[in-house]
Amino acid sequence: MSSILKIILQRLGLGLITLFIVSIVIFVAVNLLPGDFAEAILGQGATPESVAQIRRDLGLDQPLVARYLDWLRGMLTLDLGTSFAQLNFAKAMGGAGSVTVAEQIAPRLSNTLFLAAVTACIAVPVAVFLGVLAALYRNTAFDKAANLFTLSSISSPEFFMAYVLILFLAVLNPVFPSLSNIYEGMAFSERLQKSMLPALTLTLVVTAHMMRMTRAAIINLLASPYIEMARLKGLSPMRVIVKHALPNALAPIINVIALNLAYLITGVVVVEVVFVYPGIGQLFVDSVKIRDIPVVQACCLIFAAAYILLNLTADILSIISNPRLRHPK
Amino acid sequence: MSGLFEFNALSWLAIILVLLFGAAFVFRRVGQTVTGNAPKFRDMPYGAAFGYVLAAALLIFAVWYYLQPTVTDVGVPNAGVMFFRWAIHGFLIAAIAAFLFRLLGRSIGTAGSKKLFRTMPLTASFGILVILIYAFVAIFAGAIAPHGQAEVFGTANIMAGGDPALGGDPAFPLGTDQIGRDILSRLIYGAQNTVGIAFITTCLAFVIGGSLGFLAATIQGWLDELLSRGVDVLMAIPSLIFALLLMTIASVWAARLGVPLTVFMVLIIALIDSTRVFRLARAVGLNIVVMDYIEAAKLRGEGLGYLVFKEILPNAMAPLLAEFGLRFCFVFLTISSLSFLGVGIQPPLADWGTMVRDLAPFINFAAFAPTAAITPLLAAGAIALLTVAVNFVVDWMLHKSSGLKE
Repeated sequence: MSSILKIILQRLGLGLITLFIVSIVIFVAVNLLPGDFAEAILGQGATPESVAQIRRDLGLDQPLVARYLDWLRGMLTLDLGTSFAQLNFAKAMGGAGSVTVAEQIAPRLSNTLFLAAVTACIAVPVAVFLGVLAALYRNTAFDKAANLFTLSSISSPEFFMAYVLILFLAVLNPVFPSLSNIYEGMAFSERLQKSMLPALTLTLVVTAHMMRMTRAAIINLLASPYIEMARLKGLSPMRVIVKHALPNALAPIINVIALNLAYLITGVVVVEVVFVYPGIGQLFVDSVKIRDIPVVQACCLIFAAAYILLNLTADILSIISNPRLRHPK
Repeated sequence: MSGLFEFNALSWLAIILVLLFGAAFVFRRVGQTVTGNAPKFRDMPYGAAFGYVLAAALLIFAVWYYLQPTVTDVGVPNAGVMFFRWAIHGFLIAAIAAFLFRLLGRSIGTAGSKKLFRTMPLTASFGILVILIYAFVAIFAGAIAPHGQAEVFGTANIMAGGDPALGGDPAFPLGTDQIGRDILSRLIYGAQNTVGIAFITTCLAFVIGGSLGFLAATIQGWLDELLSRGVDVLMAIPSLIFALLLMTIASVWAARLGVPLTVFMVLIIALIDSTRVFRLARAVGLNIVVMDYIEAAKLRGEGLGYLVFKEILPNAMAPLLAEFGLRFCFVFLTISSLSFLGVGIQPPLADWGTMVRDLAPFINFAAFAPTAAITPLLAAGAIALLTVAVNFVVDWMLHKSSGLKE
């Protein structure tokens, strides 16, 4: 037991170090911008005095390392800084409105997590079930059709899937709305219905990969002697797979599920833009377009953190589920 | 309203499922009695029987739906049926074309290529055919396209289909976009721009990642350690997110330096994807450098360049080639996604991702004018078709080289 704990702590430490280095990479990349934030905020109408003023306000006159440490401390205390666009807007409106990045990101992050959760709830059971079926009926017409379908849906861009779904489920047969305007205080069922199309799009992309991996993991095991034995005992094919093959195939399957949830993070950006879903991906793209650097920086770090965390989870789960990895020789 | 609909749909689904289960039971029992307990029916699990019945039901429904009239009684076009027919026709044409192409490959060419085509699945021959067509269109885009890619005509938003009664124009078979550019020409030029840029980017990623990977495998030591840790860090950031971050910065530099943003995009995506190539090249290289012939070459006193390019590279060609196909797909999808999000290939260059974004609102008119939805789906479908084709070919290559027969 203590060895597991040790391995997990080790991996967590590694993950934290990676995250720390990634934060440096992001910070340095942003500081490659010509000029600085102050000029970026003020744009065309920059006078030397106002540039100096904003520099002092944002602490841009400090040296790079001090600024990085400051930013890092802000990140750790969830003080993500001030959004340029919101600052400009607030100034124009006379100082009202929310200007911190944290206030902007928090509701959108929860929206995105909701979308990811809905997707996972649909995708994971369907993928594992279909993967088991494809392994059970391998090399039949069903398996070949599933192979064709999954390969096509893995390789299509997300927005193609999204627009095909919009065409059939929103325009021709108005089952779900094509715009997901989520707002606070919405009833759960309505919210679910409005986020169904983006969730289905993500499901299509993710399920295909998970299903292929489930099938491959199970088929890999079917040549093992103990499976042969189970078959010779006279067990039904379904029982052989579910009782004997599946538990041993669990490690690679869990791994691929976690990796696909990590993939959702990138997929979510495009899908949120297509459906105008008010999530963090949409915010990220909008901020990229108007070069709202603090928001871009914070979103980027959040995406990277989620990505690292999910990869870490995959790593740890596969170690826990496989005794051979737990006791490395 | 919506709750009521969901209840109805769900209850209908439940009724259909129960009916299908009943039919499966009957099917299995009838099969047993008719064939006199043949093993196929005697040992058939209920799940398999259900599968047969479900497939038959779907087939019957598809044929019934295909034969529905395209115009309803009140004169409104039945868009769903039209799309379904187009999809079926497209699928059949693709299958027949792939079959004919494979037949052609089996009868002409050298003995080697004939053998290759004899064992080829239909999906792979379809993939090769599509790739050849795309390459042809991309190279000769200027000669094929009826108009220039940035040429603006007087009439904007002409419908696709070329039927004047439905708002089309025979001069523009796929219509014109919001500012009056010919969509067909832009689709053709899109092959040149999107595919060409993706191809250049992939090549660049392979030159960077491949040479560094082999170098790390050959020299090892601190260089290997340094490069590997650097790649680990870069791979910890999701690629599309990192690309978007770097593009934000590049857009400022591009404006300042007067260099097109597209050049920056090629460099950024090549850099990000070269990390994945590096991983593979290093892993493959590490397996090769322990071989005896490398030892012999080192003893002969060959230089580093000779080792990497004359000894390692030829032996690593097969996995790298498969990776090139997959990597091209990723790069192509990333570029399309960036363009779709509005930060990729910049106008006036015609590009499929940008076209999808610009033409997408037309989809909302599909219920009244089915042809309106064609153009955005054609642009997105052009992207999907190429990546699907490349994937089919790579899948076949991997299957062949691994010797898997399952």
